[in-house]
This record gives sequence, C-alpha cells and structure tokens, in this order.
Amino acid sequence: MAREMMYGEAIATAITEEMQRDSNVVLYGQNLAMTERDPMLRKFGRKRVRITPISETAEMGVAVGAAITGLRPIVELWMSEFMLVAFDQLINEAPRLRYMSGGQVKVPLVFKAGYGFAAGWAGQHSNCIYHTMMGIPGLKIALPSTAADAKGLMAAAIRDDNPVVYLHHYMLTLDKGPVPDGEYVIPFGLAEIKREGSDVTIVATGWMVKKSLAAAELLAQQGISAEVIDPRTLAPLDVKTIIQSVKKTGRLVLVDQATRHASAAAIIAAEIAEHGSKHLKAPLKMVTALDTSIPFSEPLESFVLPNEEKIVAAVKSVVARQAATV
Amino acid sequence: MGNNKSLTKNRLIWMYTQMVRIREFEERVKRTFVEHPGVIRGHTHLGDGAEATIVGSLATRGDNDLAMPSYRCHGYPIVLGTSPRKIMAEIYGRKDGLCGGFGGSMHLADPEHHFPGTSGIIGQAIAHATGAALTAQVKDTGQVIYCFFGDGSTKQGAFYESLNLAAVWKLPIVYILENNYYQAYTHISLEDANYQAGDPLSKKAQAFSIPGVTVDGTDPLKVFAAVGKAADRARNGKGPSLIEAKFYRFSAHGNAITVPPVPTQFPEHEAVEVYGKKKEFAAAKARDPIPRFRSLLVRKGTLRTADAQRIEAEVRAEMDDAVQFALASPLPRPEEAVKYVYA
Repeated sequence: MAREMMYGEAIATAITEEMQRDSNVVLYGQNLAMTERDPMLRKFGRKRVRITPISETAEMGVAVGAAITGLRPIVELWMSEFMLVAFDQLINEAPRLRYMSGGQVKVPLVFKAGYGFAAGWAGQHSNCIYHTMMGIPGLKIALPSTAADAKGLMAAAIRDDNPVVYLHHYMLTLDKGPVPDGEYVIPFGLAEIKREGSDVTIVATGWMVKKSLAAAELLAQQGISAEVIDPRTLAPLDVKTIIQSVKKTGRLVLVDQATRHASAAAIIAAEIAEHGSKHLKAPLKMVTALDTSIPFSEPLESFVLPNEEKIVAAVKSVVARQAATV
Repeated sequence: MGNNKSLTKNRLIWMYTQMVRIREFEERVKRTFVEHPGVIRGHTHLGDGAEATIVGSLATRGDNDLAMPSYRCHGYPIVLGTSPRKIMAEIYGRKDGLCGGFGGSMHLADPEHHFPGTSGIIGQAIAHATGAALTAQVKDTGQVIYCFFGDGSTKQGAFYESLNLAAVWKLPIVYILENNYYQAYTHISLEDANYQAGDPLSKKAQAFSIPGVTVDGTDPLKVFAAVGKAADRARNGKGPSLIEAKFYRFSAHGNAITVPPVPTQFPEHEAVEVYGKKKEFAAAKARDPIPRFRSLLVRKGTLRTADAQRIEAEVRAEMDDAVQFALASPLPRPEEAVKYVYA
C-alpha cells in the first residue's frame, strides 16, 4: 500500500517509524521540539528528542561519541552549510574513527540537513556542498529526489552502521508523491532510472531530477528520448547503472545544482571518462551551476543555476554532435 | 561507588603500581627513538608527568565507566587493563597493535576496556566524550565518563559548546583539564586569558555555572578526592564538573617533526628548548609525582621499600616485554589498508 504525502512528511514518517522500531535512535537539533505539544516529543519523550543550543561542533561531535557507545543519533542540522561550522567533526572525526580504531568501533549516525534552497537565500544558505563529502572515505551521502525516496533513504540512513549525510532538497519539501506504507528501506548505492529513454542519458540528483524529467518531457515532444537516472546516493555511487545506460544511449548529460568544479557531476564524469568513454558517441556534457556564489536577486540566481532550458540545450548539443560526426 | 571507594592499602599500592607502569611505558616509547631509530613514525605524545592525574582520576571510576582522553593517550588504557604489548605494537605500526596499525600513537582505542576512542585533533574529543555521556544518560547505564584534555583544548570551540550542552542536559561526565602549562610549544602565559589575569583555569567552569575546582595534579590523593566528588555528582544526575589538575609534562609536546629519511627523536622540553627555562624544568622534575607518592606510602607504612622495588622490577620487566613483543610483531599486510573504511 502507498499513500500520497509530501517529501518533508515522508522524511518525518521514516524518522518516526525508525524511532518506534529501535530505542537506540535519538533525534536532536536546534529549535526542535520546543514545546510539550511537539508530536515527536509526545511520542518519544525528552530523553530521545532534544533541543540543542546553536553549537554544531557539539551537536555533531556528541553524535559521534554517542554513536561509538551505542546510540544511533539523528542530528537535525537544518541547512547543509551549518555543517561547515563543524567541518572537523564531519570530515575528520565521524568517518575516521572506525578506520583508525582498526574496525573496533562503528559510527552509526545521520547528519540531516536541507540544501540547495534556490529561493532567495543568497550566498551562504543555498549551496550544494556534497562534493566535499564525496571525497571522504567512511562517509555516505543520500540525496532523495522524491517523497518515496525520502522515506526509504532515511530509513536506510538510520539503519546504516556508518555516518550518513542525509541531504534533503528544500525546493522539494512540499512535493507530493506516493510513499509505501510501513517498512520501506532503499539500499544505498542503487541508482534508479526515473524515466526510460534511448537517445541520451541524463544523470541528476535532488531538485535537478525534477528539472531533468521536465526537460525530458520537452525533449520527447521534439523526438528525443531521454533516460533520467538518479543515483540517489553519491557515496556509495552506482556507476554501473550509469554505464549500462550509456551503453544503450551513447550520450551523457550530467546535471548538477552544485558549482561546476565542486559538483558530483565532475566526479561522475571522471568515472565515465575512465570506465565508459568507449560507449560515448559524443563527449559528455555537464550542466551545473556557474562557478559563482549564489546571488540573492531572482534573475541573478536563475542565471547561475541549471534549469530545463539549459538541460534541453545540452542534450540537443550532444545529440547534434553525434549526428554531425556520423 | 566513586569517591566512596575507600583507599585501602591494596588500592594505594595499585595506584602506585599504575603510575609506575605509565612512566615505564612512556620511557620505553621515548627510548625507542634512540635505540630503534625509524621504528616509530609520525607524531607521538607522551604522558610522563601526568601519572598522578591519570591514576588519581581513574581510581575513582566504577567498573563500567569510560575514559576518553585526547591524543596524548597511552597512559589511560594501561590503567584500564589494555595490554601494554598491544599499545606498544600499535605505536610501532605493527599487525598485533591495538588497532592493527591503523591508528598509531594518537588514535588508540580499546572499547572492550572502556576506552572507546581518541581524536588527534585538539579539543574535538571533548564533544565525543560528551556524546558518550549522552549514551549513558539515554540508556540509563549508570556510567560516568571521564573526559581528559589539555589546557590547549580549552581554547577550542568544542570545549565551550560541549560543557554548555553537558550542563544543560546534566550529563554524567567529569571534565579533567590537564594543565601542563604548555599548549603544544607555547607557554600558557601567552594564550590563556584566565592565566594572564592570575586566575585558575577552572574559572572557565563559571561560564557554564558548573563546579570548577583546581587541584595539584602531581598528588594522586588530591586528584582522587576532587575527581571522586565530581564523579559522584555526575552519577547522581547533577551534571558535569570541571577539574583542573596542574602538573608538568616531563617530555616535549611530541617527538621532533622530521622529514624522512631523518629519523624522528624527542627534543628537550619546550621550557628548555624554546624558552631557556632550565630552572623551571628542574624544579618541576624535583616535584616528580612518582617518587613523592612512593615516599609518602613508605613513610606511612603502606608500602615497604623492598615491595616498592619488587613492583618496579616487575613493571620494568613487563614493559621490556612489551617492547620485545612489539619489535617481533610483523608489519600489517599492505592490502589490509582497504579494510575498515565502512562498517
């Protein structure tokens, strides 16, 4: 059975269900459960649902210490950039402790944050910084693009014995979709083909999946069949599914809301360059944010971010290139 | 529990023995740089001088309480029951090391012996220890967490954020500030506002409205009394305390940073090497906690000189054996390096 619900609601549902299932799961963050009326607080009590001061280093560091001693903390960090305040805990503590201990400890925790808030949040609150985390062995990164994925990936993140950065896209918060009832866990490292196609492969995550699907619709009207793949987790990254698709289509467009030189697209491009270029009939193309900070004013913001038109143009150019060379 | 643990004759002798064990272990680590150049790679930090604080603190712990220090971490697991063989082998980067050669001197971990792990980044493990205290509180385990860190750590954000949070949540943790007067290479007078004002560093506790006490960290009995009281308080749900234990670290911050193929070695202590304060260093050495505690125990009739000598001989043999074990242990197989990235 499935039920229509919003992306944001699906995340909350997963957290609630996992907290019911496992008493070791705790949830805390700033401005969370501030009154006794809070539904999570009423369900799970003050021991397991807590408010923190504005102290990211403590919030994230405490999660690391709690995780190595037997809890499974979920830290609500609200915005991915706030994690930068505690960069050491994110990059140099959580993913390292297991390795440095020679496998003696595990660090099961979830750093949950929204990202990519392209709604006038300007330079410090709307970035996509997952690329930084992709280079860190020991960390896992999940980026749901639908309500169902939001639930299934959160359940998997909580159950994972490793530190997981769970990034939900702010622009998708109110989007509705069918979400399976009850236990629904999406294994990490499994890309999903969100739309099948035969002429070109588009790889995208988060909000860009929605943009890519809209672009694919426009392209279909023009006779171009685009396959849209969402890796869903960037670490682990399902390169295999992308290569399979490229084998079929021979063309690849990588769409990423991150800036070009700090994008997941750049990393996927490198993987394809080494392992999949023989299948490419035309050089791949990256549609990313421009290498700027995110500007405040609407037309400036729109200018630097990928959109349907840019995706359509990129697809057409890789298709045209192929046609020109045949 | 806690401070109510009476200091029986056997317990006092145990404390002395542990202090000697830490000292003899660290001496052998230091000697390795001379006797087996190149065997120890990277950066190693010794705890000689800290014995009274480490042992005085841990003597108050209940059987399941955890210790979580910084990267200057050899002494604690020795007291908690970890085999010195495994610690030495880890410091030598060997297969039989405590962490299989994945961590080294700065990153010892032995969860089975109530030692969940360490961080090499100054101050950051204060947050981890605070998290362990959260686990103890949520699971109602009755544990107290003993969190050790140096004076340098108290200028880190992690210190302020963690102590505030622990106070707000009334977490069962004792923060033991090992004030050895030097943050790495810099004397405390150059970087600590409380010190400059002539105040003890335990004054920082006032910022969180928690108890803050300064004790002579060269006297294990004074440390025992102060930490025991704080541990009782923590165990009774009243939250954290900050204990400043003052002592002198007898070795330099760490071995000299050299570039291969130059083998690493230990320089003189910063007091001598950087500041030319030979007298300060000599005065601190004259207050060495170990011979002082030994004299006290002998004077009080707790320990006979002959027994002290026997203990010292046994400890020397134990630590010589640790060195031999570590030297004989094979290096890890290179391809092991990809293990343990993910659980």
